[in-house]
Amino acid sequence: MAALMTLEGVTRTFGNNIALNDVSLEAHPGEVHCLLGDNGAGKSTLIKIMSGVTSPTIGQLTFDGKPVTFRSPRDAQAHGIGTVHQDVGSIPLISVARNFFLGNEPTKGWGPFRRLDHQTANRIALEQIRLMGIRRIADAEQLVGTMSGGERQALAIARALYFGAKLLILDEPTAALGVKESKIVIDLIKQAREQGIALVFITHNATHALSVGDRFTVLIQGRVASQFRRGEKTREEVLNLMAGGEAFDAVGHGD
Amino acid sequence: MTSAMETTIADPPAPPPTRFGLVERLLRVVWIGPLIAALVIYIFFVIVGGASGFFSIPGTAGWLNTAAELGIIALPVGLLMISGEFDLSTGSVVGAASIIVALGTGFYGLPIELTITMALAMGVGVGCFNALLVNATKLPSFIVTLASNFILAGTALGLSRLISGSSNVSLKDAGWAEAVLGSKWMFFNVAVLWYLLAAILAAWVLKQTRFGNWIFATGGNPDAARRAGVPVARVKLILFIWTAVSAAFVGIMSAVMYNQGNAASGQGYVFQTAIAAVIGGVLLSGGFGSVIGIVLGTFIYGIVSLGLFYTGWPTDWLATFIGGLLVIAVLTNNLIRELALNRGKKKL
Ligand SMILES: Nc1ncnc2c1ncn2[C@@H]1O[C@H](COP(=O)(O)OP(=O)(O)O)[C@@H](O)[C@H]1O
Ligand SMILES: [Mg+2]
Repeated sequence: MAALMTLEGVTRTFGNNIALNDVSLEAHPGEVHCLLGDNGAGKSTLIKIMSGVTSPTIGQLTFDGKPVTFRSPRDAQAHGIGTVHQDVGSIPLISVARNFFLGNEPTKGWGPFRRLDHQTANRIALEQIRLMGIRRIADAEQLVGTMSGGERQALAIARALYFGAKLLILDEPTAALGVKESKIVIDLIKQAREQGIALVFITHNATHALSVGDRFTVLIQGRVASQFRRGEKTREEVLNLMAGGEAFDAVGHGD
Repeated sequence: MTSAMETTIADPPAPPPTRFGLVERLLRVVWIGPLIAALVIYIFFVIVGGASGFFSIPGTAGWLNTAAELGIIALPVGLLMISGEFDLSTGSVVGAASIIVALGTGFYGLPIELTITMALAMGVGVGCFNALLVNATKLPSFIVTLASNFILAGTALGLSRLISGSSNVSLKDAGWAEAVLGSKWMFFNVAVLWYLLAAILAAWVLKQTRFGNWIFATGGNPDAARRAGVPVARVKLILFIWTAVSAAFVGIMSAVMYNQGNAASGQGYVFQTAIAAVIGGVLLSGGFGSVIGIVLGTFIYGIVSLGLFYTGWPTDWLATFIGGLLVIAVLTNNLIRELALNRGKKKL
């Protein structure tokens, strides 16, 4: 299938610091593209470019076959790019429904009496997080701060998909999660892939990457160190690459 | 794709949804702490100061009048605090607005509607100045508005003395404004009515509008808010203007009510408004608070100020009392918030 989004020769500098250097990659519908690399390798910068938070210094983005430049995160969202950033983007002290609809609040009424449609917001938010398998939340007016890390990831993913994401970008969604919660997120990734969503999945965890990845890009200091497909490299080789290309001493790094 | 995910995960079996009992529901009411505090303090002063008139109509009007003048400014100050910013320039805006009206109408004899408009426009100007500086420089609003408070205080005082030779200018006849801004019913100032309107407006905006949701988000997680498309800078601009215009309104009102403008007046509002908001449960770091809480905070401030007078104890101790109250309020509000967040949280 043709790529949904491609990056060609993307370079991004911050002053003298080259965060990304001539990076190209493709995201295909129904595939998970794992982005691997050490801290500071440029992963977050790359997805900020893909989601309209920053723009590349040099390079071209293509979406759905057409060259694009995103003016803002909103603009990228309108194209169909849903992003769950590393901080998840939840506001802990407001309700699940208010978080879900932030920036897209449904309203009713007319003129000066136009007001939030709390009922609709609550109903849809609850429905959507239930579809993500989060059934412990019974009340959309519950504060997001009362949700666990995995539940917040699920909320953010539900939100991105509900607002029409064709490409879903997840920045280290399992980083702060325990084993059970990580499994829920991994299952959600698989589920979205089955629906034909293109996914970009950033992780430090080789096990997580290998369990869902269809394509892999390893970044080292802003450069693409390796790009390969599922099955083209052994687990050892992947761990080795993730450790920065140096000989890997096999003491259980990476997971 | 609004249908999102059609299939659900079959395993593991989800735990049953958490049921929320009475305690949880109460804890989730943002203003439960301020309400209890207000009731306890009110009952305390009714018992101690009731005999000397605290519980009478003049006594009630006394604390309500105080709360109203404070509250008209404390409401937007609180909303601004929820959005993550402070405004310490309100004091000078009150003084400057009162002297603009007094000089313009009392000294030069300009029509009152013109000088009121000028004073409100000054408020818009100060709000824009604060917001633009905060948005452009990313400096803490604490510093920016502290600076503008000093700049404006000096300017108002300097100009007033230059023009009239005094910082205090009388305003004998404010025409129609006397009825609208300075009238009384029994012992209640018309300010109480204005406060009621202001509170209804603020509550509507915060709870029922998209803008209200943006206020919470701006204070709760500005980066996330920006990424979700919330115009963070505009949210702050509007709130800074709202605050400064409200302060100008109170300045105009006091000039009309007391028949004089004073360039040096109003500085008390700088901290009183912030204190009322915090006592009312607004989180200093932003992202949390309620209009009912802020209103209760101003009530508490009014009740304590007037109540102490009725007890016959030396009112010198007022500040001590308020300070202690502030510490207790912050501690209990933190506690209640922690409880509210932890109650619903169970390991998956
Ligand atoms: N806004 C910024 N200003 C300056 N340098 C930045 C900025 N964002 C990222 N960098 C730098 O770019 C490099 C890549 O960072 P990042 O993309 O966050 O890496 P990763 O997500 O892989 O840990 C780092 O050296 C980082 O310091
Ligand atoms: Mg990162």
